[in-house]
Amino acid sequence: MSPLQLCLLLSSLLFCVGLVGALARSNTILVLLGVELMLNAANINFIAFWRYGPNPAAGTGVLFVLFAIAVAAAEAAVGLALVIAVYRHQKNIRLQEANRLKG
Amino acid sequence: MNLSVQHLWVIPALPLLAAVIGALTPRRGRTLAAGAAIAAMVGAFVVSCLALHTALVDPAAKLVHNFAWFDLGSGVLRLGWLLDPLTAFMCVMVTFVGSLIFIFSLGYMKADANFKQFFCFLSLFAAAMLGLLVANSLLLLFICWELVGLASYLLIGFWFHKPSAAAAAKKAFITTRIGDLGLLLGLLWLYNSTGSLLFFDGGAGVLETAALGSLAGQITVGGLAVSTAIGLLIFCGAIGKSGQFPLHVWLPDAMEGPTPVSALIHAATMVAAGVFLIARVYPLMSADQALTEVPLHALTVVAFIGAITALMGACIAVAQNDIKRVLAFSTVSQLGYMMLALGVGSWVAAIFHLLTHAFFKALLFLGAGSVIHAAHHEQDIRRLGGLRGPMRVTFATFAIGMMALSGVPFLFSGVWSKEGILHAAHGWNISHLPLIAALIAVVLTAFYMTRLVAETFFGKARSHEADHAHENSAVMTVPLVILAVCAIALGFLGTPAFPWLQARLLGETEVHGHSLLEGGGLMMLSIVLVAVGLGGGWAIYGRKPRVAENSRDPLVTAAPGLMAALSARLGFDELYAATFGRLGNGLAALAHFLDQWVWGGAVGMLARFGEFIGIVNREADENGLNGGFDIVSERIRGSGRVYSRAQTGDAHGYLRWVAMGFVIIMLVVVLGGAR
Repeated sequence: MSPLQLCLLLSSLLFCVGLVGALARSNTILVLLGVELMLNAANINFIAFWRYGPNPAAGTGVLFVLFAIAVAAAEAAVGLALVIAVYRHQKNIRLQEANRLKG
Repeated sequence: MNLSVQHLWVIPALPLLAAVIGALTPRRGRTLAAGAAIAAMVGAFVVSCLALHTALVDPAAKLVHNFAWFDLGSGVLRLGWLLDPLTAFMCVMVTFVGSLIFIFSLGYMKADANFKQFFCFLSLFAAAMLGLLVANSLLLLFICWELVGLASYLLIGFWFHKPSAAAAAKKAFITTRIGDLGLLLGLLWLYNSTGSLLFFDGGAGVLETAALGSLAGQITVGGLAVSTAIGLLIFCGAIGKSGQFPLHVWLPDAMEGPTPVSALIHAATMVAAGVFLIARVYPLMSADQALTEVPLHALTVVAFIGAITALMGACIAVAQNDIKRVLAFSTVSQLGYMMLALGVGSWVAAIFHLLTHAFFKALLFLGAGSVIHAAHHEQDIRRLGGLRGPMRVTFATFAIGMMALSGVPFLFSGVWSKEGILHAAHGWNISHLPLIAALIAVVLTAFYMTRLVAETFFGKARSHEADHAHENSAVMTVPLVILAVCAIALGFLGTPAFPWLQARLLGETEVHGHSLLEGGGLMMLSIVLVAVGLGGGWAIYGRKPRVAENSRDPLVTAAPGLMAALSARLGFDELYAATFGRLGNGLAALAHFLDQWVWGGAVGMLARFGEFIGIVNREADENGLNGGFDIVSERIRGSGRVYSRAQTGDAHGYLRWVAMGFVIIMLVVVLGGAR
């Protein structure tokens, strides 16, 4: 298998792990962790396509990923702040119980 | 047998592997996790010895192996390994002390439910620490620096169910982060000015003549040379990590962690990383020494910070009652000595003291751990006492450690290394204040260590726990004995008559000793001062031992105000809480106020406006446009009700829909592509 395929395989695996984590966990922090894993799987794809793509000399892939990481860090800060806010209201962070806004 | 420098990564990789094994084993896999950790550490010790052997073949050589990490457009970021006597001696010390402490932990943590996690964290720490030592790049060093900070956080907060431990972990992490910010800024500045972060790179590294000349040649804000400014920023990192004034506040609180952690991380190795860092970048720190017109030399700041820390730590240690806190402040004070030695220009004396201190301080902490373990987690010396009889091995080894730390002459290692520092401070031509501070600290060190030993081991037991203490098993006492032997023997590697260690660190193959009589006056003076400290301590605490837990300390009777201030640690915690803590709270309150009233008010006004429009609308609606619109709106409401059923409030449900949609899109794309 070519290195690109190996990378894509790894990122798919990581994505699946993240997806299962996000779907199966009831602890909100672990769901966030799952989402982060999926995001990093996407980052690996970026890097892989950049590295083995037609123009690896231009630093586009790395820049894109650095940008994505920065956005993810901001998103994690907001997410964790939300978790704390939810915890203050319901004294736990079970995702299933955070459903007060349902229709 | 020699170790080639390309393979130096094996030293940190072994404990890292153990940490991974520890992380993957289930909670009941106690033997596997601990066995892997100890085996990896012993393996790393063997490899470190080979590395030392290689490094000593030609002590002046800087063996480096650099490689590209990743490239960003036209720039390439490179990392590397470095092997010289400094790295090699430090690696041998860390792995040797680390192995003994890991073994001691087997006994100390036996009853802990999170035993396996403990060894996993310890291995992670060891890996990061060893990575820091072998790094030939300030960036790699910084990465490992942050990793040891993380391991320290995890281990201080190991008993996180205790609120004090959780708070101490947070405090340590945040306080050291303040210093790390300086280190990061220094690193960026260095990269910006030189285009490299490698220490040695065949003439192009930042610690080599070309880069140093250009850094010292440029002048920046305040008339400082660029190398001074970068050096001071890097020193900020060392202040945070090595518990120097004014960021020392985290180190005593770090004693909330298990005692082996205090011994390994907060006495022997991690807190010495700051000293190692300054010694490693010593050419950069001293690049401005030749300049005469600059207002400040970086090393002068280092010397004064070290002197203040050494004196302050020793003063506060006199008034502490927790056995570990006394040792913690003693560590602060000894780290101050090392910084002082660096500042006055003798980095070799600093490293020698670092090595000897690592052994006898680890010994003292493990001895304290042995006492605490035997006395069922009683660590207040007022409630201990009389342990000399039941705990003979612990007493004997602790006494050896205490004498090494106090600087009892000739037999113990501490006296030789401390002597080197005093000698260097004496030869400093800028000021004699650091020497005076160091000499006062010598008296205080001997005094508080005598007090500690007298209160803990002499007199009679003053609590039920101390009364029922008995000696621990061999897994805990054997490491004590080995460390005690080292605390004595290590001194003979670097006596003034035959300074083998110092010569090798400086890259010399010949050892030029001089007679003990040279500079003998200073030696005599420090011996007299040690005798005064020991005698004073014995006269006050040893001759008439404390009778009961609550009997008054003779010094408190003599100087209640001073002792109260010292036992409150000179109020640094309160000061920081009143200034930085209050500043943070004020900012938070301001943000809250803005949120509540300014933004909230604006949103409220918008809402009022919307409400007003709504009223107008309703009037118009009810009076003008009733009729047919009612039916339409009823329909819309109905459809809204149908759609709102999809909004279950179940985030997992939403995620599932997203995932399903993703799968469907993928199928369309794949099948569409196949067609």
